[in-house]
Amino acid sequence: MDQNISAQKYWKINLKYLSILLFIWFTCSFGLGVFFVEELNNFKISGFPLGFWFAQQGSIYIFVILIFTYVFLMNRLDKRFGFED
Amino acid sequence: MMSVQVWTYIIVGITFALYIGIAIWSRAGSTKDFYVAGGGVSPLANGMATAADWMSAASFISMAGIISFTGYDGSVYLMGWTGGYVLLALLLAPYLRKFGKFTVPDFIGDRYYSNTARIVAVVCALLVSFTYVAGQMRGVGVVFSRFLEVDINTGVIIGMIIVLFYAVLGGMKGITYTQVAQYCVLIFAFMVPAIFISIQMTGNPIPQLGMGDTLNDGSGVYLLEKLNGLSTELGFNEYTEGSKDRIDIFAITLALMVGTAGLPHVIVRFFTVKKVKDARKSAGLALLLIAILYTTAPAVAVFARVNLIETVSDKPYDGMPEWFKNWEKTGLLTFDDKNSDGKVQYVADAQINELEVDPDIMVLANPEIANLPAWVIALVAAGCLAAALSTAAGLLLVISASVSHDLIKKIFMPTISDKGELLAARLSAVVAVCVAGYFGVNPPGFVAAVVALAFGLAAASLFPAIILGIFYKRMNKEGAISGMIVGISLMLFYMAKFKLGWLGETPPASEWWFGISPEGFGSVAMVVNFMVSLTVCRFTAAPPQEVQEIVENIRIPSGVSTPSVSH
Repeated sequence: MDQNISAQKYWKINLKYLSILLFIWFTCSFGLGVFFVEELNNFKISGFPLGFWFAQQGSIYIFVILIFTYVFLMNRLDKRFGFED
Repeated sequence: MMSVQVWTYIIVGITFALYIGIAIWSRAGSTKDFYVAGGGVSPLANGMATAADWMSAASFISMAGIISFTGYDGSVYLMGWTGGYVLLALLLAPYLRKFGKFTVPDFIGDRYYSNTARIVAVVCALLVSFTYVAGQMRGVGVVFSRFLEVDINTGVIIGMIIVLFYAVLGGMKGITYTQVAQYCVLIFAFMVPAIFISIQMTGNPIPQLGMGDTLNDGSGVYLLEKLNGLSTELGFNEYTEGSKDRIDIFAITLALMVGTAGLPHVIVRFFTVKKVKDARKSAGLALLLIAILYTTAPAVAVFARVNLIETVSDKPYDGMPEWFKNWEKTGLLTFDDKNSDGKVQYVADAQINELEVDPDIMVLANPEIANLPAWVIALVAAGCLAAALSTAAGLLLVISASVSHDLIKKIFMPTISDKGELLAARLSAVVAVCVAGYFGVNPPGFVAAVVALAFGLAAASLFPAIILGIFYKRMNKEGAISGMIVGISLMLFYMAKFKLGWLGETPPASEWWFGISPEGFGSVAMVVNFMVSLTVCRFTAAPPQEVQEIVENIRIPSGVSTPSVSH
C-alpha cells in the first residue's frame, strides 16, 4: 500500500476511535455526573445515590478505562499499518 | 511515646535526604537532560512523575477539604482534574511526543512558523505557571508552620532551598526521579490515614467503598445518609445534593479538564518518554496513579465532615480536644462564643454560627480528629510537602525552559552553545525560584483566587492552538495567534472584572455572563478562541507546504526522533 494512502486511512480510523471514546467521556462525566444527576440520585447502589457516585467515583474509573482502551486500540492499529516506532 | 513534632522531624528529614540524594545521583549533563531528562524515561516512571507533578498542595490538602464543605458541588474538582487526562492521552500527548521538541512554545512556534506565535505562547505559559507556583510555596509554608513550628516565611525559604537544589542541579532528569519518590511518599501518606479512618467508621478497609457503606456502630445506617441527616439538621444543604447552577458546574468542570490538558508542566512530561506508544501508555498510568488519590479524597471528605460535626457540634468549648486548640493557634480555625453558652454552635446560619474552619486544614487535621497515632500525622505532613515540592519543581522547570530555550536560544541568541544554554537554564531556574519564594512570603491577596484561574488561562490560550495545530492542517499562524491573544485577554478581563475587582467594584454573581463564574469562564474563552482562530484562518493564507507536511508527519507514530541537541 502506498505510504500516503495508508497514513490517511490510519488517521481516519484514529479519528473514529477518538469520536467514540470522547463521546463516552462526555456522556459519563457531564451527562451522568452533571446534567442528569438529580434523576439518577433516585437510584441507589449500596449507600450511594447513583448520580453522586458517578460524579465523585464512577466517572474517574471510566476515564482510566477509556485511556487504556485507546492504548490497546492504537497499539493494534499501529501494528496493522506497520507504524510502530 | 514520641510526640508528633519529633516524628515529623524524623519523617520529613528522611524524605528530604532522599530527594537530595536522588538529585545528586541524577544531575543533568546536557540541555537534553535538563529539559526532557534525556528523552529515555520509562512509561511507569513517567506516569509516577506526572502524577506527582500534577498532584499539588491543592490536590493533597485543599481538595478533600473543599469537598468536605461543599459536598456534591466539590465534584467539579474530581471530574475536572482527572477528565483532562483523557483529552491529554487521546488528543495531545502522542502527537506532541512525535513532534519531539522540548517545550510547548517550541511546538507552537514551529507549527505556526512564527516567532510571534512562540512569544505569545511563552507569555501564556509563564502566566499560567507563575500563578500556579506561588500557591505551592505557600502550602509548604503552612505545613512547616503547623508541624515544625517554624515561622511560615522560614518554611517557604527552606522549601525554596530544597527545590532550588534539585531543580537547578538535576533539571528535568533530577525532577523526574525525585518525583517518582515523591509520588510514593504522598500516596502512602494520603492512603494510610484514609484506610485507618475508613475501618474506624465503617469497618471497610477500602475508603472508596467505605464511604458508601453502613456505619460501624451496628445501627445499619449508611454513612452518607447519616451525613445528609446531620447536614440538614444544622441547616446545610444535603451533602449529596448540589447548590450551584448546573450550567456553572458544567462550565467549571470543562474549564478544569481542558485547562489540565493545556498546562505546560503536564504536557512537557510527555516529551520525556522514548516513543509515541509510551506517551499514550504513560498518560494512562499517570491517571491510574492519580485516580488512587482522587477516588479516596471524596471518602476522606465524608469521614472528615462526619467526624468534625460529631466532635464539635453543641459540645462544650472547654472539652475540645488538643487538635482544636492547636489549629486555633494558627488562625485557620476560629471559635467565637456568640451566645456565651460555652458550647460550640456549628450551623449554616452565619448569624449564630460560632465556628469557622478553613477547608485547608481538614486533611491535615483529619488524623488528629480521628485520634490516629503520631507517626501517621507526621506522615501526612511529609506527604503534603512532597505534593507541594514536586509540583513547584515541575513548574519551575517549565518557567526556566521557557526563558532559556524559547526566548534566549530561539529568539535572542540563536548561536548560543549547548553549555551556554544549560547555564542560562540553571540561572533562570534560580531566578524563578526566588520570584516564587517572594510570592510565597508576600502573597499578593489574589494568589489563592488566581490558582484556580490558571486553568482557565491555559484553557483559553494554549489548548485550542495545540489542538488545531494537530487536527486542522489548514490552521495558519494568523488564526492561531489571534485566537490565543483574544482567548487569554478575554479570560484576563473576566477575572479582573468579576474576581479580582481591578475594574471598579466586583459585580455580584447575578451579573455573571450566562451565569458562569470566573472559575468556569475558561470554557467560554476557549470556545471564543476556537471561533476566532477558525474565522481568521478562513480569510488568510494557508500555511506553507512544509508545515502541512509536519502535521501529516506527527499524525503517524513511526519514525520518532529523540530531540537533537543542535536544531
